[in-house]
Amino acid sequence: MAQVLPAEHELRRVIGDESTPDGEVEGLDESDLIELYRSIVLLRTYDERSVVYHRQGRIGTYAIFWNHEAMQAGSVHALEDEDWIFPSYRESAIGLLRGMPPATVLSWWRGHPSGWWNPADYNVASICVPIGTHVPHAAGLAWGKKLKRERAVAIVYFGDGATSEGSFHEGANLAGVTGAPLVLFCNNNQWAISTPITAQTKAEALVDKAVGYGIPGIRVDGADVLAVFEATREAVERARDGGGPTFIEAVTYRTAPHATADDPRAYIDVERVEEERKRECVGRYEGYLRRLGVLDESIAEQIRAEAADAMRRGIADAEAEPPADPELLFANAYVDPPASFGSDLQELRRILSGE
Amino acid sequence: MSELFLVEAVNDALHTELARDDSVMVLGEDVGRAGGVFRATAGLLDRFGADRCVDTPLAEAGTLGGAVGLCMAGWRPVCEMQYDAFSYPCLDQLITHVGRYRWRTGGRMEFPLTIRMPYGGGVRAPELHDDSPEAYYVHTPGVKVAIPSTPADAKGLLAAAIRDPDPVVVLEPKLIYRTARGEVPDGEHVVPLGRARLAREGDDVTLVAYGAMVPLCERAADAIDASVEVLDLRSLKPLDEEALLASAAKTGRVVIVQEAPRTAGFGAELAAILAEKAILDLRGPVLRVTGYDVPYPYWQIEDAYMPSVERVADACRKLLSF
Repeated sequence: MAQVLPAEHELRRVIGDESTPDGEVEGLDESDLIELYRSIVLLRTYDERSVVYHRQGRIGTYAIFWNHEAMQAGSVHALEDEDWIFPSYRESAIGLLRGMPPATVLSWWRGHPSGWWNPADYNVASICVPIGTHVPHAAGLAWGKKLKRERAVAIVYFGDGATSEGSFHEGANLAGVTGAPLVLFCNNNQWAISTPITAQTKAEALVDKAVGYGIPGIRVDGADVLAVFEATREAVERARDGGGPTFIEAVTYRTAPHATADDPRAYIDVERVEEERKRECVGRYEGYLRRLGVLDESIAEQIRAEAADAMRRGIADAEAEPPADPELLFANAYVDPPASFGSDLQELRRILSGE
Repeated sequence: MSELFLVEAVNDALHTELARDDSVMVLGEDVGRAGGVFRATAGLLDRFGADRCVDTPLAEAGTLGGAVGLCMAGWRPVCEMQYDAFSYPCLDQLITHVGRYRWRTGGRMEFPLTIRMPYGGGVRAPELHDDSPEAYYVHTPGVKVAIPSTPADAKGLLAAAIRDPDPVVVLEPKLIYRTARGEVPDGEHVVPLGRARLAREGDDVTLVAYGAMVPLCERAADAIDASVEVLDLRSLKPLDEEALLASAAKTGRVVIVQEAPRTAGFGAELAAILAEKAILDLRGPVLRVTGYDVPYPYWQIEDAYMPSVERVADACRKLLSF
């Protein structure tokens, strides 16, 4: 039986700093470490290019995830392909780590129908926009897999603000009582748009929520990709072995605006942001790999170039999509749509054709 | 055929469908050990086990949200909401996800879930055990809504809902759970969604109703000196528009009866359809007999809120003398 009470408060870390030596993660060889680097760089590149594309008017409003890449890449690397991922909009590009083309996600942010994928193709659920409402979905899927005696586990991503939502609670509780093989992954970046964590909860740490559900809680440095990987691997192994859900609180700091439409200078501590940016997750992992002698500039440059190239092709492919057909208005909501869809479509065609 | 009460027919449908399809499961509050507060799920736990008849935590949004995930894992969940008004927390999931998820996947995933609940007033119950929330459900894109008024339809519509590839809400009129009694086919019995039932044929005026208002309209038909047609819609979405327009064309007079509050209720939608498509067939205005635009009242005065034989008969007389 895993430790439930009290939940741990000390942040788990692997990557060292001036005062602490680097640790290591058992079971990861050099090629694993480089693959993880490839993932974290791909996400960083996706995010930085998307902000540029937004400024160029090539995608719509975009939710930035700069300095969240370690949480996403580290946790996904602890999963198997059969495991399901339930992203929020902060993890919009997480499907890239499952082979989804960047054009698909860019199309989502362009509001084009080609951006809506079949979750079963990647075991990545649709991007959830209303905060925390996908936690019950992930609990239900994980429970449903368990009832069917399948091996798959699920992971659901949400932010610190989501822990105030009723649906987070109902989903976490459902996972607890059903013993669903689920990882509840909270990326605590300490801000919900302009609301700081201190206005979100009186709890000393979000990981303490785990105690109320009778499940283990892990607290990890969210900018330490190796610590995130190791913590998630532990939670996934427990889930797969029948040990039920785990709550992971990954602590980081939001160093970018909430989204392209947000100007955080009105509310955020600018000096703190500058301080946090110095310890952002990609640079820290690079430093670790260089100290270990696994990464040199030529490999790093090659990986960055691959990612940049993938994005160039991605935006080109997204922009090459033909304009969306307005007739799609009536597609896909029902397997078996009401008769009114037929007459509405006929009427719309007539109006659009100007007859 | 068996002679069953309406709620027994619901139970029969659940037993039949769980036996027919291994992926069907029932979940909700008190559906297992207790067999449901109205006994609608009695016997399922013993017969099909705790994996397929699940007592959930007391969390309607969590239950419906969980059902979305269960669909993704290959199940066909049937969620019970214990009472009409207790379903409101689940509207969050219904509106934001249940009605949208198939669309969100570009039509590539199915969400064949059913939500069923007892609904409606007249049962001398505490507050929020009496609501008629059909308009919220019908208004939600991506969702279908059925409401039976007879035991045979209670079985057949629920079976259709469970087998339907889209999410379906089935509202069961609790007022007549144990007063409506009738012949119900044994074994598999499916009443397709989207087909109304002519409960009574007549020539002078059409009463359009669903749920517990159907037997009320039949009593009203007996009470007035005219030839009254009673159309039981059975399914609000998809709607049998053809049957509605055919009856309006036949009698030229339509009274719509619903126990939900009047404003923006389903009756308003029916009246709008008649205005758009039957205007030349009508010999008078489309009238509505509905609950009032007030919170459902204290039960000592609920009979004054509910549409009554007198109010329906009064509307018919007004229309006949228009």
